[in-house]
Amino acid sequence: MENEYKLLSGAMVTLALATATLVVVPYMQLSDTHPSEGLKPYTSAQLRGRQQYIDNGCVYCHTQQPRAQSQAPDFKRGWGRAPVAGDYYYDHPHLLGTMRTGPDLLNIGARQPSADWNLGHLYQPRAYTPGSIMPSYPYLFEVKDKADKGDKVVNLPPGYAPVGQVVVARPEALDLVEYLLALDRTYPVKPPPEAAR
Amino acid sequence: MNTITLLLLTFILSVTGLFVFIWSLRHHLFDDNPAAANVIFSEGEIGKIEEPAATADQHRALQEAVDATHAPAADAARDARMAVELVQRVQADRSTAYVTFVFLACAVVWLIFASTAGLISSIKLHQPDFLTDYAWLTFGRIRTLHLNAVAYGWAPMAAFGIAIWTLPRLLKTELMGGRFAILGAMLWNAALIAGLGSIAAGFNDGLEWLEIPWQIDILFVIGGALIGLPLVFTLQNRKVKHLYVSIWYMGAALFWFPILFLVGNLPGVHFGVEQATMNWWFGHNVLGLFYTPVALASVYYFLPKIIGRPIQSYNLSLLGFWALAFFYGQVGGHHLVGGPVPSWLITLSIVQSMMMIVPVLAFSVNQHLTMRHHFKTLIYSPTLRFIVLGGMMYTLSSVQGSFEALRSINTVTHFTHFTVAHAHLGLYGFFSLVMFGAIYFVMPRVMSWEWPYPKLIALHFWLVVVGFGIYFIGLSIGGWLQGVAMLDASRSFMESVRVTIPYLEARSVGGAVMTLGHLVFAVHFVTMALRYGRKRVGPALFHKRSADPMATPVAVEA
Repeated sequence: MENEYKLLSGAMVTLALATATLVVVPYMQLSDTHPSEGLKPYTSAQLRGRQQYIDNGCVYCHTQQPRAQSQAPDFKRGWGRAPVAGDYYYDHPHLLGTMRTGPDLLNIGARQPSADWNLGHLYQPRAYTPGSIMPSYPYLFEVKDKADKGDKVVNLPPGYAPVGQVVVARPEALDLVEYLLALDRTYPVKPPPEAAR
Repeated sequence: MNTITLLLLTFILSVTGLFVFIWSLRHHLFDDNPAAANVIFSEGEIGKIEEPAATADQHRALQEAVDATHAPAADAARDARMAVELVQRVQADRSTAYVTFVFLACAVVWLIFASTAGLISSIKLHQPDFLTDYAWLTFGRIRTLHLNAVAYGWAPMAAFGIAIWTLPRLLKTELMGGRFAILGAMLWNAALIAGLGSIAAGFNDGLEWLEIPWQIDILFVIGGALIGLPLVFTLQNRKVKHLYVSIWYMGAALFWFPILFLVGNLPGVHFGVEQATMNWWFGHNVLGLFYTPVALASVYYFLPKIIGRPIQSYNLSLLGFWALAFFYGQVGGHHLVGGPVPSWLITLSIVQSMMMIVPVLAFSVNQHLTMRHHFKTLIYSPTLRFIVLGGMMYTLSSVQGSFEALRSINTVTHFTHFTVAHAHLGLYGFFSLVMFGAIYFVMPRVMSWEWPYPKLIALHFWLVVVGFGIYFIGLSIGGWLQGVAMLDASRSFMESVRVTIPYLEARSVGGAVMTLGHLVFAVHFVTMALRYGRKRVGPALFHKRSADPMATPVAVEA
């Protein structure tokens, strides 16, 4: 080819096609998505926790998209039903994830509804799940000689708490657990029209 | 869609295909070697090798290996005309020397940073209590620092450096407005430092590949535009009529990337599940429409130059270009197979992923046929080893990628380390190896100085090949086992974790060996920049040799 304008316009047309199919059409098709019935907006504490989830990179090991029963045994593992677009109505940015170094978390709030369990697990995952390769997050906690008034003391299994001291959750950890407990999309939904057809 | 419509569509498509075929025959698109493939050579240069990274011995042996395939024809008048053109090429090289050096030096710094971050992340996956006391060292952040330092540091800096060096040569003119590129490089690197700093500190947009806060992205856009300007100016001042295929790839890539980056980072537009489709449209196109074409352009330029032989089928390379441009852009949806997104989108992406076999085969066949009878040159040319192996990795990673998009395979591999191994096969096995080769070719021309310690080039090569071999094979096996375990409802989830541990350890070993290779490379680069090492044939080899019409490897010896 001898004409750079032809070359560039050709290149732009192919990119425009790709953008149309992967960005513009989904934008139009999904823009009238309604929140699923039973889905509540996040509270401000949950949103702060969600930001912790993002800032600490939880998404690189945990998905938030259980697969359908026809594809994988996610439901049998207690990870929940296949989600629909409306389940993510309040999610900005999306946190679907691409990696399952750890389990899917879309319904962790239903699976592990105990705040104590979640806090302790963040402090030292191996205290609850032997062999887990999840990092511990000591910087989300404080080790003190004595808990002050209003402190949330983390109840750890015997042998994991520092001797003679208490582990206190920082606000970041409390927010993050608020968010994890809010991850509960176990309410029933109508199957998407495509699946029904 | 009913059967009649499908049949009708197939019929129309086949008839159109037939017409395209007839048209391409009439336009001689099936000729083996049109003149266009020769534009990168001066008259009479075909059959003469160019390999700045080789020592005198390697150089001579390389030329002999090429001569063995066809006898060189002597023609004094032609050699004189060639000499004039080569002087012009030296001028083109001089005009890019400083700018190219700045980009490549930045690339090397980011390579070392990214390797270190990658190695730390890798160790953390089997030693989860390693370095957990500081937030910025937690896995989620250090892994992201690794990705961003590669994606916006090493890869684009190397790509820009090579593109800026190659384009004036291809256009037979000097680089125009190199100062804009220097300013652009400064802004880009400032943005990257700010971006990595904010990820480490926990400010993050939350989308894979798009983590850097959008406010900082504005700097990237301005910097990128400034880097693009000299390329536009140079294109306008070109002295060649035909645009060689490398220019297609590089030119298109340099226009595609800013659009991808801009759309991907628009704040407040994307929402919910739509954001996920945009996310992977961006994530895959950065690979497919930026790094891949730049590396392919490098292969299409450096490989023929080194062995002094035009590519086998020039038209096949053009077919490869348009097929890549069309198919690659739409494959991103395969990252969401089984996800809550419209199913037509996923099917489309799977189909286009399979179609990617077309451009990949076009490239692989071409590379193989060009190298045929010349594989002996790999022994003597340090540069060619990197480039040819990189090209082979392109074939391997692309074919692997096409099959990974299929639902049946995707179900096993998608959420596992298998995908991580695949990503590294593309961006490391293919892109980075080609860039290493290109840098070994380019730097002697940039510095007018030989690589001080040729043995270090070989050491670098073997370290990264062995290291990456361990990395890739180990992680692929581990990832596959992980996926199989996860699909078996009778096995606990923890089993899918435990089964990967030995392979994750192997990955750390491989990664450490690769990092060692990068350190060797970086040290060699620094000694080169400081002009260490004894003079063997001296810098005169690089500029004067070209100006001397009688320059043959025999003269080099003297």
